[in-house]
Amino acid sequence: MAECHPVGYQWVMEARARGAKVFHIDPRFSRTSATVDRYLAIRAGTDIVLLGALINYVLSNGLDFREYVLAYTNAATLVNKDFRDTEDLDGLFSGYDEETGRYDPSSWAYEGDVPEEEEPVEGGGHHAEAAGSDSYGARGAGASATPPADPTLTNPRCVYRILKRHYSRYTPEMVEELCGIPPERFHELAEAITANSGRERTTAWVYSVGWTQHSVGVQYIRAASILQLLLGNMGRPGGGIMALRGHASIQGSTDIPTLFNLLPGYIAMPHAHRHDGLDHYLEREGADTGWWGNRRAYVVSLLKAWWGDAATEDNDYRFDYLPRLTGDHGHYATVMGQIDGTVKGYFVVGENPAVGSANGKAQRLGLANLDWLVVRDLMLVETATFWKDAPEIETGELRTEDIGTEVFFMPAASHVEKEGTFTNTQRLLQWRERALDPPHDCRSDLWFFYHLGKRIRRRLGDDEIDRPVKELTWDYPEIGEQRDPDAEAVLREINGTGPGGRLLASLRELKPDGSTSCGCWIYCGVYADGVNMAARRTPHTEQGPVALEWGWAWPANRRILYNRASADPQGRPWSERKKYVYWDAGKGRWVGPDVPDFEEDKAPDYVPPEGAKAQDALAGTDPFIMQSDGRGWLYVPSGLSDGPLPAHYEPHESPVRNALYGRQANPARRTIDRPENPYNPALSPRFPYVYTTSRLTEHHTTGAMSRPLPYLAELQPEAFCEVSPRMAEELGLENGGWATIVTARTAIELRVLVTGRVRPLRLNGRTVHQVIMPYHWGYSSGGVITGDVVNDLPSIVLDPNVYIQESKAGTCDVLPGRRPRGTALLDLIERYRHG
Amino acid sequence: MAERMGFFTDTSICIGCKACEVACKEWNQVPDDGFVFRATSYDNTGALGASTWRHVAFVEQDGRWLMSSDVCKHCTHAACLDVCPTGALFRTEFDTVVVQADVCNGCGYCVPACPYGVIDRREDDGRAWKCTLCYDRLRGGMEPACAKACPTESIQFGPLDELRQRAAERVERLHADGRTEARLYGENPDNGVGGTGAFFLLLDEPETYGLPPDPVVTTRDLPAMWRWAGGAALALAAGVAACFLGKRG
Amino acid sequence: MGMGAGDCDGDTVCGEALMPRRRDEMVPDAEFRSYYGQPVIKQPIWHEPHMPTYLYLGGLSGAAGAMAAAARLTGRDRLELAARMTAFAGASAGAAFLVAELGRPMRFLNMLRVFKLTSPMSVGSWTLAAHSGLTGVAAGSAVTGLLPLAGDAASVASGLSGVAMATYTAVLLADTAVPAWHEGMRELPFLFSGSALASAGAAVMLTTPRAQAGPARAAAAAGAVAEVVAGGLMERRLGLVGEPYRTGRAGRLMRASRVLTLGGGLLATVAGRSRALTALSGLAITAGALCTRFGVLEAGRASAKDPKYTVVPQRDRLDAGHPASVPGR
Ligand SMILES: Nc1nc2c(c(=O)[nH]1)N[C@H]1C(S)=C(S)[C@@H](COP(=O)(O)OP(=O)(O)OC[C@H]3O[C@@H](n4cnc5c(=O)[nH]c(N)nc54)[C@H](O)[C@@H]3O)O[C@H]1N2
Ligand SMILES: Nc1nc2c(c(=O)[nH]1)N[C@H]1C(S)=C(S)[C@@H](COP(=O)(O)OP(=O)(O)OC[C@H]3O[C@@H](n4cnc5c(=O)[nH]c(N)nc54)[C@H](O)[C@@H]3O)O[C@H]1N2
Ligand code: SF4
Ligand code: SF4
Ligand code: SF4
Ligand code: SF4
Ligand code: SF4
Ligand SMILES: [Mo]
Repeated sequence: MAECHPVGYQWVMEARARGAKVFHIDPRFSRTSATVDRYLAIRAGTDIVLLGALINYVLSNGLDFREYVLAYTNAATLVNKDFRDTEDLDGLFSGYDEETGRYDPSSWAYEGDVPEEEEPVEGGGHHAEAAGSDSYGARGAGASATPPADPTLTNPRCVYRILKRHYSRYTPEMVEELCGIPPERFHELAEAITANSGRERTTAWVYSVGWTQHSVGVQYIRAASILQLLLGNMGRPGGGIMALRGHASIQGSTDIPTLFNLLPGYIAMPHAHRHDGLDHYLEREGADTGWWGNRRAYVVSLLKAWWGDAATEDNDYRFDYLPRLTGDHGHYATVMGQIDGTVKGYFVVGENPAVGSANGKAQRLGLANLDWLVVRDLMLVETATFWKDAPEIETGELRTEDIGTEVFFMPAASHVEKEGTFTNTQRLLQWRERALDPPHDCRSDLWFFYHLGKRIRRRLGDDEIDRPVKELTWDYPEIGEQRDPDAEAVLREINGTGPGGRLLASLRELKPDGSTSCGCWIYCGVYADGVNMAARRTPHTEQGPVALEWGWAWPANRRILYNRASADPQGRPWSERKKYVYWDAGKGRWVGPDVPDFEEDKAPDYVPPEGAKAQDALAGTDPFIMQSDGRGWLYVPSGLSDGPLPAHYEPHESPVRNALYGRQANPARRTIDRPENPYNPALSPRFPYVYTTSRLTEHHTTGAMSRPLPYLAELQPEAFCEVSPRMAEELGLENGGWATIVTARTAIELRVLVTGRVRPLRLNGRTVHQVIMPYHWGYSSGGVITGDVVNDLPSIVLDPNVYIQESKAGTCDVLPGRRPRGTALLDLIERYRHG
Repeated sequence: MAERMGFFTDTSICIGCKACEVACKEWNQVPDDGFVFRATSYDNTGALGASTWRHVAFVEQDGRWLMSSDVCKHCTHAACLDVCPTGALFRTEFDTVVVQADVCNGCGYCVPACPYGVIDRREDDGRAWKCTLCYDRLRGGMEPACAKACPTESIQFGPLDELRQRAAERVERLHADGRTEARLYGENPDNGVGGTGAFFLLLDEPETYGLPPDPVVTTRDLPAMWRWAGGAALALAAGVAACFLGKRG
Repeated sequence: MGMGAGDCDGDTVCGEALMPRRRDEMVPDAEFRSYYGQPVIKQPIWHEPHMPTYLYLGGLSGAAGAMAAAARLTGRDRLELAARMTAFAGASAGAAFLVAELGRPMRFLNMLRVFKLTSPMSVGSWTLAAHSGLTGVAAGSAVTGLLPLAGDAASVASGLSGVAMATYTAVLLADTAVPAWHEGMRELPFLFSGSALASAGAAVMLTTPRAQAGPARAAAAAGAVAEVVAGGLMERRLGLVGEPYRTGRAGRLMRASRVLTLGGGLLATVAGRSRALTALSGLAITAGALCTRFGVLEAGRASAKDPKYTVVPQRDRLDAGHPASVPGR
């Protein structure tokens, strides 16, 4: 966090100054490790072992916050009797199909839930599940808000018992053996977090991509969720699991997504073969209880925002105009399509995949096989210059004169040259003013897409196929000489309007009947009463500590999600110390410093009537209002592709055997078995070292924005790797010298930083050396500093839920000195692949 | 004269982000210092110099990774200022020590005079440069760029008296927490430079951070030096005289 | 954890050969922790040969001025002429080297905007200005025969500016944080004045007819002895901080200086009538004096470069309970 979120980290430092105890769990001893109370070195890719052992510690010592757990989680809920756990199947859950490598999740359902019908879906069936996991927030059709439960927690099929059994093998000894964390350190951590949880205290977990870029990435976060729910740390001040996000407004670009499988507000993208019309789609994409029960209002309002008057009840609000998925259209599938020649053109907007994506060679081979490529960027990034300076040119794998890709470079306006919002890690939308006009031909992305759209529309005829584009509402006011579309008009459209164009104040006003329009239902209210709430900047001295008048947080300006859980079932604060949102019986309302994440006037003793829908189906004691049962899910009956509970699997490329199960790696992980993407065999003596990749404070991601700046470049001028003194001695690596890092994909050269901060891990009596590599360098871009591309090393292997690449844990070999040049490099890799 | 302003840099809460280094360069338009991978932890700018007026040191040892942002000390008795023959170095109304680039003639005398190795001459323009304690910003009522940028308030700017008090409390607090290695560096007005305008809370001996443990302003001994030189001059005169006193030959 | 100075003496950890900006051959073995063996203070940035040559020429000119005055007062015309000319030549060439060090003549004039007692360089600039002016007048008058009275007065006055000229440079160096210089503040003036006397003696002895050259020869010999004695005393007294004068390039220069100076001085006393031996003696003394200046500059650099010379004495001082102090304002 100190490395990548230094400005946010000031609050961690402040918390420490006030007595908070801070642990840092990371393979790399970073600036964060240097400034916390306790650093725990962990082998990359093993956190589920640690988290599982903490869960086990809590459960076997009865340290869970029982009242919270019983009232607010699904601990008591009974699970389908066909469910089989990894305990029974040596690392597999029930429903696994060896042939396809996928799970049929129907046996994971709660008792009494109607399992979703499986229908053969061509190509994209697997994807449909993946998409679902991002969007359901619910168990799908046929679920009930009150599934059968055993509040005594004695039924062996209740979630609590399943959990206990599942995690019983996650012991401190396993932590030592697999993670490399000694038992006394484990106990210190376990005691600290349990002592610091309960009525009076809360513990927070903070993570970023060290937990996500794994073939089991989603399950890492799930494991933390289980722990936090058991300890009663969700929905309460000082608790939670904080995802520190990446690029400025990367949160915004998931809310109003740049992801292929989502529509704004986490609404699932319709599938070509799964959904017939709007009704069928709505029926299949989510449950009817909880706030997703209102999804018709969200979807119809979105369609109204996009197609305006052309969207009517009779035509399904132009639901059929939406593009349809046919399968996996994620980044890596697209790159494979490029190599295969099925993807002909490509827009790259504010991204540098030739350096930032796993298996850089595959990325560039894909780019080199396009008809056209549009790169919109501030800099001439490697993705735009690959045709002349990619490493493949040097090795002869690509020849500039043979590359047919026509590259269009469109200079982009930077964040100070345009206005709009950033949505940060805390879901906070903050409006930025434009400080200056973009120079020369640089234009904002909004300008580009708006005017591109206008030009395309001008060229369209009356063909039926053109109507979705022709009928789009595409009419933002244009400002100034450069005719920039008015960003506030866009924000107003996102906020949504009701009859007569009145700006909506809250998402509760959204209607399923076409009378409201809203570009993103969770952002509804950001322009309430015609005020740009995101632009509010009331100083902290002039408002309370929750600072509700600084920017605007979705949804409804709530700063802590699910904050109903900060009060006990009766609506009283759990303790005076942790008082936050609570029920004021006199006023008949939930009150507190934050906006209640609950219907304001729904009393704690509210009991839903039979057959109630949406939020009305949730009781006054159900804080997790997006879930179909209003509960925090310790066990996930549906929505995940690789199991209802997190289980430890080794990274796809690992030098260590999975000591927990017979299954070495995540059975549902996605591999791409192609010549462009060869894998290091697991447990291979040819690749004995573990590597992980990371970031430095001094640079940003692929370095496109930091390497051209002398003031940043001088601070970390060359690509390097960190190794322990022992490893350096064993391999003859010199501090300040060079090392060559080899995987089955390629070899790169890096400067060596020998440092005691990296320690060899003792695992099961064996020493495992780790190599740590920041990934900020590339071959072109501004020219101040360059270096080999670290992402040329990792393979493409993906988490099955969200298709993130496993770039945080892999294996490699390390040689002293610089790498071979030209075809000699290819020879070296050939020897590693087959030798 | 306005109140004496200075820095208290509390290295115990420094996170090594180098925002101070960059902010200083941005504000003062200091050129880059070259692109050399030094393999000395995360320190690739090396030391304070003509083109690095804030410098973050990274000390790796004994399982600790200490970070510390160094700067000109704005000494009470500033050797650089004392020895400057042109008056290019002067004391401002904030009691800080600043070089006037248009007066400096590049004689380089201040460079070896500074007991902290702060000020340096830039070879391309032949003049001496160092931290100005953002004299221009101070005059505009703003805090220095480096302090402004520091996310953890490791760099605290303010009236020196206040800072000294705050620092004393901070050390006390750390000692109470068992961090007995914490110590103040430079704040004592009785030290060899009469106390520094920029002082530090360190977690180890100063020399570990590349700082002199007990610096002294070189001009403290100047009267003695002149006396010795006077003696030598007299001796020289006497020597010459002696040579000429013999009989003419 | 590695990377303290303790680990730095092994080249495996520091890999110093690979770090162009940190070529410290002399990482201390002393038991203190440095920051990657880096210097604490900045090395003097004065250039070679400009600065040491200036120091030599200044000394030469200063002592020659004193000799000119003495010759005037004792009526040794030929010797006086030679001394006047030497003093002038030394001052002008010295000024030229100083300007070369600064880069531009204007920059020297810049020094004369102020007079600062706390700045030996300021004092020195004025001294140099005065001294070169006086020697200029004296030499000019001698050559042209104009204004003989003024010439004589200037010649006598240059005796005073000369002794200042020959010794202020020691303060110039000592008034820095450079350990080998600052700690040598007592002996450096004697080293420099001795050396100045020797070099002026040598130069005048070469340019004066044998009959009148006696005092010059004596000066050369006496100066040589004074220089060598002062240098030896300094190295001994400085202990650890004197090490840079004994080791490395500075050590070689200082040793050469000693041999040349003593040899030259001895020769001056025995050269007698031999022109060749006198010449040899003069050259040896001159070379010795130059070696001294180059050696002292180099020793200063070396002592600044290795943090042990800065840190260890300071640390010892602290450990002994006698921290440096300048009463605060
Ligand atoms: N200065 C700077 N700030 C940035 C960025 C930048 O490039 N530079 N990038 C921004 C972006 S896009 C993002 S996504 C965020 C990312 O922010 P972070 O996630 O903090 O960045 P990383 O350094 O990639 O990874 C964090 C840590 O995860 C560790 N790690 C690797 N594998 C494992 C593992 O298996 N378990 C555990 N526990 N830790 C592991 C790494 O050693 C590393 O120290 O930062 C954002 N902020
Ligand atoms: N090995 C390894 N690989 C990783 C990671 C890792 O931890 N390890 N982390 C991954 C993560 S979390 C991320 S986010 C990616 C980052 O990978 P990328 O997103 O590919 O890398 P960036 O360098 O951030 O690229 C952003 C580009 O946007 C441009 N830009 C900035 N502002 C604008 C704008 O307003 N408009 C336009 N059009 N362009 C703009 C910048 O100049 C820059 O070139 O890398 C991923 N790759
Ligand atoms: S770069 Fe921006 S977002 Fe990142 S830490 Fe700094 S201020 Fe925060
Ligand atoms: S630290 Fe050095 S440069 Fe700064 S005021 Fe003191 S003597 Fe001058
Ligand atoms: S270099 Fe400039 S500032 Fe330094 S002493 Fe000389 S004139 Fe003064
Ligand atoms: S005070 Fe100003 S000049 Fe000095 S280091 Fe800070 S930013 Fe740089
Ligand atoms: S800005 Fe502050 S925290 Fe960052 S390196 Fe400088 S002093 Fe340390
Ligand atoms: Mo990211």
